[in-house]
Amino acid sequence: MSKHVVVIGGGVAGMEAAGQLSKYGFEVSLVEKEKTTGGHLNDWHKLFPDRRSSTEVKEYLDGIILNKGINVLTNTTIEKFNKNRNTFSITTSGGTEMTADAVIVATGFELFRSSRKEEYGYGIYDNVITSSDLEEMFRNDRILMSNGDVPSTIGIVHCVGSRDEKVGNLYCSKLCCVTAVKQAIEIREHLPQSKVFCFYMDMRMGGAHYEELYREAQEEWGVSFIRGKVSEAGETIHNRLVIKVEDTLAGRPLKMELDLLVLMAGMEMSDGGKKIAVSAGLNTGDNRFFAATDNHYGSNRSNIDGIFYAGTCTAPMNITETISHARAAVSEVMDYLNDGKK
Amino acid sequence: MAKNNMEKFGYTISKGRQIDYESNDRRIADYIFEREPSFRLCIECGGCSATCTTGNLTKFSLRELHILIKRGENDQVMNNLRKCMLCGKCTLVCPRGVNTRNIVVLAKQAFQKSGEYAI
Repeated sequence: MSKHVVVIGGGVAGMEAAGQLSKYGFEVSLVEKEKTTGGHLNDWHKLFPDRRSSTEVKEYLDGIILNKGINVLTNTTIEKFNKNRNTFSITTSGGTEMTADAVIVATGFELFRSSRKEEYGYGIYDNVITSSDLEEMFRNDRILMSNGDVPSTIGIVHCVGSRDEKVGNLYCSKLCCVTAVKQAIEIREHLPQSKVFCFYMDMRMGGAHYEELYREAQEEWGVSFIRGKVSEAGETIHNRLVIKVEDTLAGRPLKMELDLLVLMAGMEMSDGGKKIAVSAGLNTGDNRFFAATDNHYGSNRSNIDGIFYAGTCTAPMNITETISHARAAVSEVMDYLNDGKK
Repeated sequence: MAKNNMEKFGYTISKGRQIDYESNDRRIADYIFEREPSFRLCIECGGCSATCTTGNLTKFSLRELHILIKRGENDQVMNNLRKCMLCGKCTLVCPRGVNTRNIVVLAKQAFQKSGEYAI
């Protein structure tokens, strides 16, 4: 009888892991809390660095999990999680009881709730939006201010909820810089008359083709980059947004009026992940993400034999890295189940 | 007499702009490092200067002040230090948890204790 592997989380990592496991002949159950799989891909219009449509990646992932005999449970969460001698007993919110020989946790990330940075006015001023809100505007092909006007000056704030001791997140979310560059280009593409300003502390263009995209933003799209952390956003008496920042390269404080302010929300451990961590007894790190047993060669391994991690539940990752990480998790599962450990 | 002639021709002696790291006196910085270790955490983001009331009204940058202290540019530090009103808004903003306000307080203390500088 083939071994049963339960994958918790139906985003990019979970779908890739489930698809690969199924390909190798395992019986697979994929548990997803939302009504559809795809995770954050469903919220994004186009992807960095090549600005391809997110639906293309979604189609690839659907292709490897649909009609492959994978037991996909949507609208489902994990209610009970028990480790037996060699197996795991899992009860879902739908009341289904499953016995798993191994588990892949792929609970992913959540975007930082930008209203927690009160000084940026998300939820207070209508024209302060998040990177995720902007993606929705791109999808609807309508980039408008709250009063229906077309914005002409747009500011983008990097590091919202990342690298910020005040919100308890010391880490860099790694993807927001390149997302800001991508979105700045897209704004200019949609609104050729607009001016876009990115406010950054450091430009972290560490991924493949990121630096080239940064250059393209400057060279071809005329995006302006100002080095300084925005300290606060407010409104003028004419209800126009106004931000304060130090232009640190000029060495002087700068005030700028804007029509739209986009906050680059960072990545945080998901609530679902936190619950699993408690119910299964999995270790988490200071950054609240799952703590793998070794940073170099054990990034998929947990402190419990038979439970493995895939994707952004361990750290911020882009889609390329997430897919690689998920495949690596599958390889760990195969070693574990074939090793005679059980 | 000769000096006056020189001045008429518009010649002056410019003080070097270069930071001479070796000969600068960094005891003020050391004093602060010892008592406020968060001083090491600054990444020069400028959040403090952006929110600073003094900096918005006068030629004062707390971010620049921190760097000048660390480099031992003490004359410039001293001239600027008194402008800070110690309101502490900078500390509320700092993403690295630097106790920026205390750094100003400690810098003042250090200058006071040092016989070479009067403040």
